[in-house]
Amino acid sequence: MAFMDFFRKKNSGEIAKDRLKLLLISDRANCSPEIMEAIKNDIIKVITKYMEIDSEGLDIQITQTESEGGNGTVPVLCANIPVRDMKTRS
Amino acid sequence: MSEVIVITSGKGGVGKTTTTANVGTGLAKLDQKVVLIDTDIGLRNLDVVMGLENRIVYNLVDVVEGNCRIKQALIKDKRYPNLYLLPSAQTRDKTAVNPEQMIKLIDELREEFDYILLDCPAGIEQGFKNAIAAADRALIVTTPEVSAIRDADRIIGLLEANEIKSTDLIVNRIRMDMVESGNMMSMDDVVEILAIDLMGAVPDDESVVISTNQGEPCVGDSSLAGQAYMNICRRVMGEEVPFLDLKIKSGFFGKLKKLFK
Repeated sequence: MAFMDFFRKKNSGEIAKDRLKLLLISDRANCSPEIMEAIKNDIIKVITKYMEIDSEGLDIQITQTESEGGNGTVPVLCANIPVRDMKTRS
Repeated sequence: MSEVIVITSGKGGVGKTTTTANVGTGLAKLDQKVVLIDTDIGLRNLDVVMGLENRIVYNLVDVVEGNCRIKQALIKDKRYPNLYLLPSAQTRDKTAVNPEQMIKLIDELREEFDYILLDCPAGIEQGFKNAIAAADRALIVTTPEVSAIRDADRIIGLLEANEIKSTDLIVNRIRMDMVESGNMMSMDDVVEILAIDLMGAVPDDESVVISTNQGEPCVGDSSLAGQAYMNICRRVMGEEVPFLDLKIKSGFFGKLKKLFK
């Protein structure tokens, strides 16, 4: 390892690997951006019934996680939904 | 017992034909009776890489259409008496053959040969379907690039869907100097991403270009690529062979230069 590497941020090999991982997740899930958008809108619709959320800050994506069965990684749908206020039931 | 192996990649230009020629020749060197079939109809190349382009009389399409017997179309290699090539047709297209015809043809060859290697065309269309129809196992060739690995992943999925259970990986054109400096994905990275077994890694070696120029596969010679191909052949036959150290030895000044890169 050359000591100049110390000053570099991320090298291109790592960048390639990260890009590839994300690419393959969406390839394998066969999930187009349009479908993701539709899922996102439906999630907003359901959640707003019960609580007030920041729909601008909502972020969903498909990533991977270690499966509990121990047979490698499985895709997971990850949703980050900032809640503004819990609606009190009337 | 004969085994039918398809060599495929999805993406073009990653080294399917070169790999087929080298693995086939290597298996013949190990005293196996081998036939190589070029299934890329319309863009035949395996004959040139093998240096047998001047001997073609009949081709794959002639056999399938019944214009000749299989024996007449098989070209015997000039160096190894137990190595044969069934060339593809240059003036036809992939629709000239269908998967059922390929299965029938290969079933006939199974009686004669230990290994039947199929050089698959790039892409996932008819030519690919023809090539995988009769295969027992697959060797996936890829290079450490995003585009090639993405296509390889798609091919692995398609092979699974077609019930080819055994798929192994060959990482081609790896440059250890770039892997070390972090500018190329390593074999381990590629294996981790594709999640299939590694059959071998072949370095980006001048000797491959030189041997292809001469029409003589480099497998088994003293070059790093030649050794890597030979190890792949042994692993194909089920032997356990440790992976080669693909690092190019550099002297003191080489190391000094690297330090200041």
